[in-house]
Amino acid sequence: MATLELDIAEDVVVSPARRSRKLGLLFWAAIGWLVFVLLVAILAPVLPLPSPTDMDMLERRGPISALHWLGTDALGRDEFARLIFGARISLTVGLFAPIIGLVIGGALGLLAGYFRGRFESFVVGSMDVLLAFPPLILALAVTAYLGQSILNLTCILGVLGIPAFMRVARASTLTLARREFVIAAQALGATHARIIIRELLPNVALPLLAFFLLGVAVTIVVEGALSFLGLGVPPPISSWGSMIGEGRESLEVAPMLAFIPAIAMFLTVLSFNLVGDTLRALTDPRQGAL
Amino acid sequence: MSGPALLTIEDVVVELPTPRGNLRAVDHVDLSLGAGRTLGIVGESGCGKTMLSRAILQLLPKKAKLSGRVIFDGQDLVRLNAEALRRLRARGIAVVFQDPMTSLNPVLTIGTQLVETLQEHLELDAAAARRRSAELLAAVGIPAPEQRLSQYPHQLSGGMRQRVAIAIALSCEPKLLIADEPTTALDVTIQAQILDLLAREQRRRHMAMILITHDLGVVAGRADEVAVMYAGRVVERAPTPALFKNMHMPYTAALLAAIPKIEAAPHTPLAAIPGRPPDQTRPLKGCSFAPRCRNVGDQCLRSKPALTTAETEGHCYACFHPLKISAGVSA
Amino acid sequence: MLGFVARRLLYLLPVLLAVSLLTFLIASLLPGDLAYVILGDQATPDKVAALRHDMGLDQPIWWRYLGWLGHVLVGDFGRSFRTGQTVLQAVTERLPVSFELMLLAELGALIIGIPLAIACAVRAGSAFDRFVTGTAFSMLSVPAFLSAILLIYFFAVELRWLPATGYVPFSEDPLGNLRCFVLPALTLALGEWPVLMRVLRSDMIATLQEDYIAMARAKGLKPSRILLVHALKPSSLTLVTVTGINIGRLMGGTVIVESIFALPGIGRLLLGSIYTRDLIILQGVVLCVAAGYVLLNFIVDMLYAVLDPRIRHGHA
Repeated sequence: MATLELDIAEDVVVSPARRSRKLGLLFWAAIGWLVFVLLVAILAPVLPLPSPTDMDMLERRGPISALHWLGTDALGRDEFARLIFGARISLTVGLFAPIIGLVIGGALGLLAGYFRGRFESFVVGSMDVLLAFPPLILALAVTAYLGQSILNLTCILGVLGIPAFMRVARASTLTLARREFVIAAQALGATHARIIIRELLPNVALPLLAFFLLGVAVTIVVEGALSFLGLGVPPPISSWGSMIGEGRESLEVAPMLAFIPAIAMFLTVLSFNLVGDTLRALTDPRQGAL
Repeated sequence: MSGPALLTIEDVVVELPTPRGNLRAVDHVDLSLGAGRTLGIVGESGCGKTMLSRAILQLLPKKAKLSGRVIFDGQDLVRLNAEALRRLRARGIAVVFQDPMTSLNPVLTIGTQLVETLQEHLELDAAAARRRSAELLAAVGIPAPEQRLSQYPHQLSGGMRQRVAIAIALSCEPKLLIADEPTTALDVTIQAQILDLLAREQRRRHMAMILITHDLGVVAGRADEVAVMYAGRVVERAPTPALFKNMHMPYTAALLAAIPKIEAAPHTPLAAIPGRPPDQTRPLKGCSFAPRCRNVGDQCLRSKPALTTAETEGHCYACFHPLKISAGVSA
Repeated sequence: MLGFVARRLLYLLPVLLAVSLLTFLIASLLPGDLAYVILGDQATPDKVAALRHDMGLDQPIWWRYLGWLGHVLVGDFGRSFRTGQTVLQAVTERLPVSFELMLLAELGALIIGIPLAIACAVRAGSAFDRFVTGTAFSMLSVPAFLSAILLIYFFAVELRWLPATGYVPFSEDPLGNLRCFVLPALTLALGEWPVLMRVLRSDMIATLQEDYIAMARAKGLKPSRILLVHALKPSSLTLVTVTGINIGRLMGGTVIVESIFALPGIGRLLLGSIYTRDLIILQGVVLCVAAGYVLLNFIVDMLYAVLDPRIRHGHA
């Protein structure tokens, strides 16, 4: 089953000069936004923010004010503080889950691509089985059994990402393993471990990194979907997804409560996609040849 | 030149934008061709002969810039609107491309590709178009034409595909057929068959033909007139017998010498033309062939030779030091 | 062609078997004992042990798997201990809704994506092309639940054109049924079209450079015929694959969309079984969905072969 969840879409062959210059500006804007969100999320506890969990029943769905920069939600909690603390959850899951996929999938792909043979068939076969499940449905089912917690969620989403990372690592390794410098190292009598770590890993790392960023974007979306359905992070912790889910309830009276986290999520996912896609285009041998 | 010209090309220039600057693929070319006649255009790869043919066909890449006039049957194709041009295709000018592997659509049947042309230009119903298609396939020497109609291109050999391409080109009885290296992609054994087929159909239909090739040997017995192109320019033009009897351009002579001879002793080194065609994004001040020419002189490096008429009627060449010796080659 | 089908079929069996094993293992190995769930508050160790024995939960796992697989093979996926409905009943009852949703969504995505892809490919590099590809790229970052909320806000809350939730069976009121599906299908289509558009666009650009397109133009065919027959058909091979691959994503999206718009499809069944911890239904639905997904992928492979005569005649 040729299935890959993340889009490896072919890209354009518009005049390269214009393209790179144009993407350049957007690319740096995306980097800027990501750095900003990451900093704010990391520094959230020390920033002078109202508590994201304190309810104020007198000021429910309050408007934007000096005290509440983005107003308050349906339970009178400060929306701005919740947005920033929500970023912590979304980014924690969004970053750590793909790391699991990156490490395990990357290692499996590297080994499978290098050693080939039965090991490769086994790895590819088992990944095909994992890919036979629509990912969101598998995530839902496993969370249902394991119970909702940030750790469980991260692990599940991480495991779901393994096949895709395995494919990328294996594909790059397969092409690299035939290249002169690897054959030269083999001829010089280098051990397998040395070839894999010194020759292959540095070359596979960049495509994997680009793919990692795209993986972060997908993971944030999937975590958002799970939390939106109330099956992701357990309350009272809220991620962007759960905030959007709660905001949906008051769409008629206070649409901003859904739109604000939605915009934050969209910008973040877009930025990861943009940076990941640019890096992928750079590391793609077909385009690198230009 | 006999009779009124069917096709006249005047001062055609084709420029292609490249990352390194504009490439002048066709550089001020004038040619003309009478009805039912054959013009051979000969030159190395990259000399602009294919771009010239695309300019006549009005099938240049979108970014290409074309100036000059291409007058076909009294109409200037460069200024003709898209719809009028479309109606002129197939019935006025048809083309056979170099590689039959890529010029037939892989996902449509042979029949579809023939029938659609017939139905587009001749008012035929489906059954009549299909009958006509089978006749056309038979005419170009394809056995069991009825069955071929429902086959896909990949089920046919290269030679058969080129025959299909020729059948498509002939389908609407064009007045002019442009054959752009029609045999280059084929096995040597089939090349002569395809060329003979083209010549036979041309005579039968009284159709004019432009035969583009890099092989002087191909045009030798088949073209009424030959134009030799180098670096986008026509450097020598003559009636075929006159050209072979008395070629004036050192380049033409070099092209002729590059054809391997069957009577040569085994292991005779192939006579290649030394050097490479010039970079057409950086035009030379002098003659473009000068860097590779044996007879090069000072003047050749300073200025471009114009196309001048020789003593023989219809023979033009662009050289300061033309070969005067009779080449004495009977091709 | 037959050999090709046979090869793919042969590969299908082990995958399906492994899928069933994995489904079973998820349900059996992970914490969340069925007996506790069924007994709920009244669970005492004695009662739990007794129920476990009755349900065969105390037997070795491979034995339980074989028993379960045996039942599954004769179409017995189990029965909900809450509603008493069998899994097969529940699934077949809701399948048409999910199918209609996915079909309309994919249709919508193709209706948006194909014309845009063709228009972009013809004017590759133009302002229009860059605008559309840019939009498509941004749309890839909009999850289904986001576009659902936006669509509900605009079309149901602000404009009040379409219902935000609800479902009318097709047999009762065909038009009302379609009205219910407009927003859900559009939600999914909005996430789908960029993928299809990007793939078709880049394939089209490549195809338009081919000799046979120059040939088609030299034949004096109408531009519409050149684009829609000569260029679109050979370019649509990847499109078919991608459409198939995206079914997995679409299935995930269906869960969310059915939940948001309250459509009684498979997704709602799945979510409901999770909310009520109806683990037998959950296991059955996951197996059905995964098996369906594998089969759909198989069908897409076959479709691919039908489209490409080179594969059909065993030349690939």
